Amino acid sequence: MFPEFGQFSLILAWVFSLLLAVMPLAGVVLKKQALQQTATALSWAVFFFLAVAFAILLHAFYHDDFSVAVVAANSNSALPWYYKLSASWGNHEGSMLLWVLLLSTWTVAVALFARTLTVELKGSVLGVLGIIAFCFLSFVLFTSNPFERILPMVPADGSDLNPLLQDIGLILHPPTLYMGYVGFSVAFAFAVGALITGRFDASWVRWSRPWTNTAWAFLTIGIALGSWWAYYELGWGGWWFWDPVENASFMPWLIGTALIHSQAVTEKRNLFKSWSVLLAIFAFSFSLLGTFLVRSGVLTSVHAFAADPERGMFILLILGFTIGGSLLLYAFNAAKIKTSGSFELVSRESFLLMNNILLVVIAFAVLFGTLLPLLADAFSWRKLSVGAPFFNSVFNFLMVFLLSLLGIGQLLRWKKHNKKGWRITLLIMLVSAVVIALILPWTLSGKLYWQVWLGMALVFWVVASLVNMVIERTRNSRSFIAGIRKAGVGFWGMWLAHLGLVVSTTGVVLVSNFDIEKDYRVEEGDSVQLNNYRFDVDRFQIIQGPNYVADRGVVSIYRDDKKVAEVNPEKRYYSVQGNVMTEAGIDGSLLRDLYVSMAEPLDDSRKVWSVRLQVKPFVSWLWWGAALMALGSIVSITDRRYRLKTSSASVEKTL
Amino acid sequence: MNPKRKQRLILILLGVCGLTVAVFLVIFALRQNLNYFFTPLEISNGAAPSEQVIRAGGMVLPGSIAREDGSLVVNFKVTDYAAIIDVKYDGILPDLFEEGQGVVVIGKLDDNGLLTADSVLAKHDETYMPPEVTHALEQAEKAAK
Repeated sequence: MFPEFGQFSLILAWVFSLLLAVMPLAGVVLKKQALQQTATALSWAVFFFLAVAFAILLHAFYHDDFSVAVVAANSNSALPWYYKLSASWGNHEGSMLLWVLLLSTWTVAVALFARTLTVELKGSVLGVLGIIAFCFLSFVLFTSNPFERILPMVPADGSDLNPLLQDIGLILHPPTLYMGYVGFSVAFAFAVGALITGRFDASWVRWSRPWTNTAWAFLTIGIALGSWWAYYELGWGGWWFWDPVENASFMPWLIGTALIHSQAVTEKRNLFKSWSVLLAIFAFSFSLLGTFLVRSGVLTSVHAFAADPERGMFILLILGFTIGGSLLLYAFNAAKIKTSGSFELVSRESFLLMNNILLVVIAFAVLFGTLLPLLADAFSWRKLSVGAPFFNSVFNFLMVFLLSLLGIGQLLRWKKHNKKGWRITLLIMLVSAVVIALILPWTLSGKLYWQVWLGMALVFWVVASLVNMVIERTRNSRSFIAGIRKAGVGFWGMWLAHLGLVVSTTGVVLVSNFDIEKDYRVEEGDSVQLNNYRFDVDRFQIIQGPNYVADRGVVSIYRDDKKVAEVNPEKRYYSVQGNVMTEAGIDGSLLRDLYVSMAEPLDDSRKVWSVRLQVKPFVSWLWWGAALMALGSIVSITDRRYRLKTSSASVEKTL
Repeated sequence: MNPKRKQRLILILLGVCGLTVAVFLVIFALRQNLNYFFTPLEISNGAAPSEQVIRAGGMVLPGSIAREDGSLVVNFKVTDYAAIIDVKYDGILPDLFEEGQGVVVIGKLDDNGLLTADSVLAKHDETYMPPEVTHALEQAEKAAK
């Protein structure tokens, strides 16, 4: 009976989302406050029924209800309980339900925290979110129903979860990533709400900024988790492939990054207003595009669960409607946005403008590379693919400019930078960065590549700039600590996020240039020397897991005849689906990862294997940097001004 | 010109310059990194360029996988049932690489028609077939008619 309740709950949520999409916005158009005020209650109703539906889906997975089609197709009674639960979003239907549930979570959060919003703006924002919820709930109900039953022939057992997805990474990666994707809907709804109500006072950006930052932080963590998961779970040590699905999450991240910076200018200086609105529209559009690319089946990857043209068309329609509708609204109303104020060429504003141009250009270059193969296919040109080197060269080239500008931009003042001696400071920073980048990698590795030099020079350039910022902030204070306090959380949030960027860049530069990867043919007792490390293959054994059988290698790793690690790479055979999986043996530390993966047995005794050995310096810095960026983003929204009640009087004044 | 206009002009010029550079960069990077797909039939007809990275796909011909002793070099044949091409690969094959299964190889052709692969992609689960392989098989079927 339960799945029918789930279905029923889903239908109720759909009905309420339709009401949420229509009533408050009708209230705005007709200028009826009573209609506008229904938004909060309706948001809660949608959230409640979606939460019930999702809980019922979890229940079905937990109790192995194989009469439900998605459970039968994606779970198995032998799975541990936590994978049973996470399997509920390890499939198309369940993950779309999660998508809508998270959307309504954001909606309710807006209804809850945005008490100071005018009734009109609140109604519009929640109404816009209601439209999106309605579109996606229709999609779930009509094309991807998670509660579909297989009756009367209920299978005895489920056909198991793809072993790649039986991992902590799957428990965490999709919900965080979705929180980020969907989170941009709030910034989008604020922008569209402002377009509908025609009010672009400074406070709408202040309201919308914390939401943008939170969504961005989730997206950052989600992408980093995905990269980390691919790194250790796919078994071959890659951490970014410029795979279309990765690009699908990276494009909204780039636009979101631009949005955060542009909103800073809009809030502080009341400039770039229409640009911020446009970026908010773009950020969410790219999130929808990402959803379309991943969910429609036009791409083939681990993420594309099912190729169903009907679903693709449906999402494409939603995409066209949302992007088209909001851009149309923008085209008609953007002229109403009045911008005043000016700034000099050497000012924080102009550097943030360049930051925005660069980020948007990168995002569109990635978009171009991602869509070109699809376009070629759709128009029946040749089948082609765009190789990773394309993305690498474009991205790296533009990042050089971005980091160079960042080193200067974050030091500058708003409007006009007229501090004495700043050119000399920059010169000192530049010289020290170039020299340190030349000396440090050389003394540590004895090798010199121009890529490493350039990358590290940029890193030290930004680091010098970050140090300089702290000195500037604390110089005039009574004590260092007092200065740090006085700088405020907004400053430290930015500082941390930029530090995170530097940490990630360090990881990328060093692991890309100094990682060592070699394939060997080894048998028990063999010993392989890879740079400073000696890998001793002690033995190969066969072990029995809960739902798989595996060949396991025991490999001891020595450095200067001192044992530093023992790793256990595995080759797993999952019997239910007949899948084979490579589980790498990794010894991680802050400065390097040692990575061993077993490829295939080379004879019948299963004692001779081809293995891949890797030493990956600084690889974990990639993900720590992302964590710092997300942390910085969250720190900056703890600022008191976002919680201050803006009395309606002060709102009126700014209009 | 008043300073505000001048400043705007400078910013617009900067933006235009940036965009132009970006567009050139994209085109330049693209020219070297577009990998076209060729079916075994097209390759054996000489339609594919040599010494340029291409993608090819088809089924691994049963009984064609041969390993060189003491190294990781593998030779195998890929077919779309209309033509057969030879592939050489030095490295680790994906988990689901098997005889009679769909596969996509990326690499360069030499003058003798041997494709030296830099990477080999196989499907990632039991039921999935790389779309390029499906395409190659369809093309071969059409050509046979």
